[in-house]
Amino acid sequence: MRNDNTNTDNPIPAPNQRAINADELLLRTPRRRAFITGSEAVAEAVKRANIDMSIAYPITPQSESMHLIGDLYAQGYVRDYYRAENEFAVMAAIHGAALGGGRVFTATSGPGTLRAMEMFPVWAGSRQPIVCAFMCRGVALPPSIQPENIEMAFLLDTGMLMFHAENAQDFFDMILAAYAIAEQPEVHLPVGVFADGFFVTHTREVVMLPPDDVKLHAYSPDIAPIQPFDMDHPPVRQTRDPLMNKSNFTSYAASASWHQEILAAAERARKHIDRFMGGLTEVSEPNAEIMIIASGTAASQSREAIRSMKKDGITVGMIKVKSVRPFPTKEIIAATEKAKLIVVPEFNAGGWLAREVKASLNNNNRVIAGPRVFGGMALPSEVIAGEIKIFLNQNL
Amino acid sequence: MAEQRYKLTVGPEGYLAPAAAIMGVVSPDAGYALSGGDIVPEDEALSLIAEKLAKAQNPAVCPGPLLLWHWSDSVPQKAAAVRAMAEACKAKLLPMPDYRAKSPRINPDIEINPNHPSLTIEHNNIDVCLFVGMHLHFANMALRLIRGATNCYTIALSDTAAIDEAILSVRDVDVGKIESVTERIKKIKN
Repeated sequence: MRNDNTNTDNPIPAPNQRAINADELLLRTPRRRAFITGSEAVAEAVKRANIDMSIAYPITPQSESMHLIGDLYAQGYVRDYYRAENEFAVMAAIHGAALGGGRVFTATSGPGTLRAMEMFPVWAGSRQPIVCAFMCRGVALPPSIQPENIEMAFLLDTGMLMFHAENAQDFFDMILAAYAIAEQPEVHLPVGVFADGFFVTHTREVVMLPPDDVKLHAYSPDIAPIQPFDMDHPPVRQTRDPLMNKSNFTSYAASASWHQEILAAAERARKHIDRFMGGLTEVSEPNAEIMIIASGTAASQSREAIRSMKKDGITVGMIKVKSVRPFPTKEIIAATEKAKLIVVPEFNAGGWLAREVKASLNNNNRVIAGPRVFGGMALPSEVIAGEIKIFLNQNL
Repeated sequence: MAEQRYKLTVGPEGYLAPAAAIMGVVSPDAGYALSGGDIVPEDEALSLIAEKLAKAQNPAVCPGPLLLWHWSDSVPQKAAAVRAMAEACKAKLLPMPDYRAKSPRINPDIEINPNHPSLTIEHNNIDVCLFVGMHLHFANMALRLIRGATNCYTIALSDTAAIDEAILSVRDVDVGKIESVTERIKKIKN
């Protein structure tokens, strides 16, 4: 394991931080109040994550976070940092750094995510615990830099774990938790931590932060489920030989078993998500007959809708989906047992969360796949409440 | 109808055996082990391993790269303990020296490979195999293929987390646990 206080790739001396375990950093260390943007929350998480390498390429609305991580490099908190040629180059190079046994971080947005798409299943297929923040925005459907999270739909089956932050606090906590979860030997998968761009990245809010003189212990590739590509860990020759590339049943079966292992690793993450994130979901009013299922900032808007409906004497519960992969199927089944109506508001045109919810439930005619907004439109709480009132008027 | 728990049993399970974790098998915490997909106390699992190895007709111990290369100071003592365990139950030693696919094929008399492990198991008529010193990803991948294609009982000892594709699996295995299995084998044999 690398010495926690060395800074071999950075000429700036590492600041004096005490390495502690993830339970202590995330769950037990007293926190102080800060008023920061989501981008700044990302940098605060990286500051405490003991990162070996971070690689940047600018794209709105992600640019500020990687700019701030460049500042962390200049202060000695990150051991190596550079700007790559484009997003594909970033994701390929960060993969190389992870294969070599380093702890890495990067971030991107919208079209950058799509440009780098080929690398995400490669990360998962090679079992690398890479953490990447995605500040979601529109893609060319039509061209838009505005908030929406359709890019999450494209990533659902890449093998990555996917966490969706509602706010800057979530963003901070989920990035640090992502390392704790991803680096478990039986998990060891990449994690995408998603936040709705601009709403989370570019607005200030209260975030409770642990002190910045503590950080996670250094990553140790010694306990990885797959050998790092160095000359210190056997079998080193694997790095020079191809994997399975023969055209016969045996090779296909081996490839299938390898693929199953990626999916199995995501399942194994569940208990660690419970431990470090308090569960895959947060549920309020689990016995309510009307439930909202939402993730990201749609959860915040839903909270406002729930508050306004309560004033009218209507009780509405909510399931906030924190982990999209693995998906909280059992949790949603349990929390919607008494629901007669399930509303799924989203910030995208495709309705990927509604599809996931419908696929999880037996009697899914209870699910209203909306309201949905996109192209940068806001999602007023009145629109969510209106959807519920239409149902109530029709069924009274 | 109550949900039926998935049990890991001797195969052949079929064309594409499902991954145990996807079927609901949960990795045990420290001090516990997996037996047939159920979480059991570690000591119980160590006894079961000894019993399976001692009573096997044709057992094999398959050491992986983490045990075959002297890459850390703790390896020689652990390798010696594994050899002693294999000798106690008269098991064949069929190493997995690396993970690459070999062309045209491996020599199943002397080695096992994660990409086609059932070749070695079937060629040697192995009824109980024990994996040790392998990276978790390759051990799981290979054990699932063995469970899918053969009737071999599978056991795995892991340095880190449990290897959930084995019918019996113990985590955090050190020299003391290996020696404990050896002692229990000797008691059964005597």
